[in-house]
Amino acid sequence: MPMTFAEKILAARSGRESAAPGEIVTIQPDYLLSHDNTAAIIGKISDELEEYGVARPEMHIIVLDHVIPAANEKAATNHHKIRAYVARNEIPHFFDIGSGICHQVVMEEGFALPGHVLVGSDSHTCSYGALGAFSTGIDRTEAAALLLTGETWFKVPKSIKITLKGNLTPPVSAKDLILSLIGLLGADGADYRSVEFHGSIAGLTMDDRMTIANMGVEMGAKCFAFPVDRLTREWFSDRGFEPDSYEPVWADVAANYEREIDVDLGEIGPVVSLPHTVDNVKPVEDAVGMVVHQCLLGTCTNGRYSDLQVAAKILRGNTVSDGVRLLVLPASREILNQAIQSGVASDLIQAGAVLLPPGCGPCLGAHQGVLAPGERCISTANRNFKGRMGCKEAEIVLASPATVAASALTGRITDPREVEIS
Amino acid sequence: MNVWVYGDDINTDMLFPGKYTYTCSTPEEIKPHLLEDLDPGFAGAVQAGDIILAGKNFGCGSSREQPSVGLKSVGITAVVAKSFARIFYRSAINQGLLLVECPDAVEAFKPGDTLDLDVETGRISVGSREFTFPQLPERILSIRNAGGLLPFTRNLLKEREDVS
Repeated sequence: MPMTFAEKILAARSGRESAAPGEIVTIQPDYLLSHDNTAAIIGKISDELEEYGVARPEMHIIVLDHVIPAANEKAATNHHKIRAYVARNEIPHFFDIGSGICHQVVMEEGFALPGHVLVGSDSHTCSYGALGAFSTGIDRTEAAALLLTGETWFKVPKSIKITLKGNLTPPVSAKDLILSLIGLLGADGADYRSVEFHGSIAGLTMDDRMTIANMGVEMGAKCFAFPVDRLTREWFSDRGFEPDSYEPVWADVAANYEREIDVDLGEIGPVVSLPHTVDNVKPVEDAVGMVVHQCLLGTCTNGRYSDLQVAAKILRGNTVSDGVRLLVLPASREILNQAIQSGVASDLIQAGAVLLPPGCGPCLGAHQGVLAPGERCISTANRNFKGRMGCKEAEIVLASPATVAASALTGRITDPREVEIS
Repeated sequence: MNVWVYGDDINTDMLFPGKYTYTCSTPEEIKPHLLEDLDPGFAGAVQAGDIILAGKNFGCGSSREQPSVGLKSVGITAVVAKSFARIFYRSAINQGLLLVECPDAVEAFKPGDTLDLDVETGRISVGSREFTFPQLPERILSIRNAGGLLPFTRNLLKEREDVS
């Protein structure tokens, strides 16, 4: 029976010949990710951990990224408990503060190999579909149960096929593409679905694919998936993972998709998501002139080197507008280091940016750039929900790195096609 | 019994603000902030046996579980909605919280209507009208019926221990 990516990987990993939408399968994921929430997860099962131990210590990846360095005693205590758990249970894959945002670290370290199954106690775990892995978010309780049993259930999802053609026209970017798709399908347009990309993906860099897959959950998707191609193999080879170390899985040609959508990349323009839902997507022209008080460049959506580089090209030799705070949040230590070595970090800092440590920063409103009532932030992050950045009387507009950088220069939402790029 | 009525795309930040995610984990810590940015009166007035009625895509957004833990702990009987976002849907099963997906019942409801649920038969009455809703697969129902995933897992570990 011809199968989609999701059907094929769930069938293979549950020891079945095939899998059809609606069926329930049991799987031992290759990895389980958790972050600062690890303290709450292990707190639920402290007695059981004492009695039974961790089922598969090598399965558990922990990255401290959400509130780093600890902003208060509670966060510090949580980090302390997590380090003690790591030592006691000999968890091999622990990444302390400063390593980066969990999703970027998981990809850089080669845990999300093509054909792997990963779950994470974070909704943006869907990011690894960029690399041909099956990955999805779960809650803390399910993460706790997984530590004890090493397995969980999946309902085989229906699948949506998105076929791309053509190329994006810079400064139009992958962020504009994924926001446009979310605007088209709606915040629940892919609820419980696997969204699989076909067609001309060669024009999308690995960073582009990571930006796109990262936002899958914003249209409700269970997972996003790209096929493994030459770019994927090169990306892994650069990190020491040769093609013989993984087995890519991809949809059959005759796979049955619930819905098929064709997208001409040449027709995508710069867009923004206006408050307070991600699917409130408009052409940037509709928002031009709106005053912004804070600009956030980075996060797990757009904190990669190429994102910082695009912004640096716009900001180099200029300064951000009076009254605007530009915060830069690189997605990992590796990216931060690259930006320092190449001079990109210096370009941004000289333009007036505040450089934050690689982590989640103000994206979820806990610290490092919370908004005040009446303020507006234009951000490269993935959510603009009311209250997301710590204040329900503030507004968040989502956009690409180029649009955020252009807006930082003027203090108003600005079409990136209207600014000079060095 | 009170019915709390909300619209489409009620996200996890509305159900429980992200800024408290790393300071509030227990039901006691969660309760005062439940639905804080959506309906500030909810936390003080909600009572055991109440029902939430909402539009499509209820629970979209973050994987934080304070919404499902919180709604279960204050005694919400069920959330009846046109549809649910998947991480929240799984999380509700994990907490033993009943979710009822029934767009027709949501459409039919008018303020003042009575709302009755029969979980065994999968029926929901809105005023004088009756609707059916899909049941969970047997295997998943056993998680909810055990009181949630952790009690289910504890039973499973004990059984495996007894067998070995």
